[in-house]
Amino acid sequence: MINKEVKTIKEAIKGVESGMTFMFGGFGLCGIAENSILELSKLNINNLTCVSNNAGIDDFGLGLLLKRRQIKKMISSYVGENEEFERQMLSGELEVELIPQGTLAERCRAGGAGIPAFYTPAGHGTEVAIGKEERIFNNKPHILENALVADFSFVKAWKGDTAGNLIFKGTARNFNPLMAMAGKITVAEVEELVPIGELDPNQIHTPGIFVQRIIKGNNFEKRIENLTTIN
Amino acid sequence: MALDKNGIAKRIAQELQNNTYVNLGIGIPTLVANYIPKDVNVIFQSENGILGMGPFPKKGQEDPDLINAGKQTITSELGAVIFDSAISFAMIRGGHVQLTVLGAMEVSQNGDIANWKIPGKMVKGMGGAMDLVASSENIIVAMTHTNRKGMSKLLKKCTLPITGINCVKKIVTDLAVINVTKKGFELLERAPGVTVDEIINSTDAELIINGEIAEMSL
Repeated sequence: MINKEVKTIKEAIKGVESGMTFMFGGFGLCGIAENSILELSKLNINNLTCVSNNAGIDDFGLGLLLKRRQIKKMISSYVGENEEFERQMLSGELEVELIPQGTLAERCRAGGAGIPAFYTPAGHGTEVAIGKEERIFNNKPHILENALVADFSFVKAWKGDTAGNLIFKGTARNFNPLMAMAGKITVAEVEELVPIGELDPNQIHTPGIFVQRIIKGNNFEKRIENLTTIN
Repeated sequence: MALDKNGIAKRIAQELQNNTYVNLGIGIPTLVANYIPKDVNVIFQSENGILGMGPFPKKGQEDPDLINAGKQTITSELGAVIFDSAISFAMIRGGHVQLTVLGAMEVSQNGDIANWKIPGKMVKGMGGAMDLVASSENIIVAMTHTNRKGMSKLLKKCTLPITGINCVKKIVTDLAVINVTKKGFELLERAPGVTVDEIINSTDAELIINGEIAEMSL
């Protein structure tokens, strides 16, 4: 087995540069690579293209990179709940490509799976289809969408082993396995890092071949964006 | 009297078919889960990656790793399953989710829906709505009949950027239940105490009215 464990967050994100494309797993604040994001927000890198379903909130998640104007372009499906994001977008400082959520997921999956493009019905007849090739399959129009890849993918899992195998918990899984596949260098943060042999091979969600570096995250706040309870 | 949000949700709940997979959007659609008829078994899918979504947790039992697509804390039912976003949209695009209920800012009489963008004002994004409306075989819209300015949201043609074309099958508003047919909007039911004339006056598009229009039974 290849040992992919890194001990410090600095080592985990080593090699990041201005102008790169990063993918960030997570849905809202659920399942985000908190430690990597925090560390990236301390570096003097900018002009980043970030692929992430959402853009965090003002003071957490990708909101930290937005606040420091490190992001040039966001590729996302839903970007509510972030005032700084909205301000930068409406003023034209930030370039934003909004794409359907399923298309975003599949573009990442395709990027990691060696599929350069695919046809989907989502977005046909809308703004999303402008400039894209259209083709009819089974009497239904589809549009051609390109795969996405990243220089770095930052993902978060529940458990992992030193070979980079990952197990996610709950809906914190979301985009993480897909973005792990699409990163040239995928950095996985885990809550629990175990030696090889401790994870049941049948239960692993992301095979370690997709992960280049794995680190036990120091502290996970795991903030809840929309706490909803019943009495 | 016009229905409130819960009234709309209650009426939509009557549309749920036994043993089906259903995706509920954010807002009024989420409330539908509170009114499932006793003899009907439905399994709720949330596109962030869960099938078998349960009610909101009791206070103190919330789990930051278990949320719905509205980012609200949830619980899971027995037999629930968790998956990644690609599998989730495989269920949706592949036509395996049988009913989608979602909100809208506008619906046109040919079934186009607009619900993701007000140019220059609000640009939050489409989330999973474009994938959902492109593929679900049955799409029900839950919305108020008119917007805050009192303008009809049921139009001959959408004015806002659209989310999907020719896809909405039924609309339940605070005033009426409307079928989207090849010929346009067909008025099926009116809210308790609301007259057909009131509905016509609140609707920009033409309404097809066949005979007596029954009152909703809630």
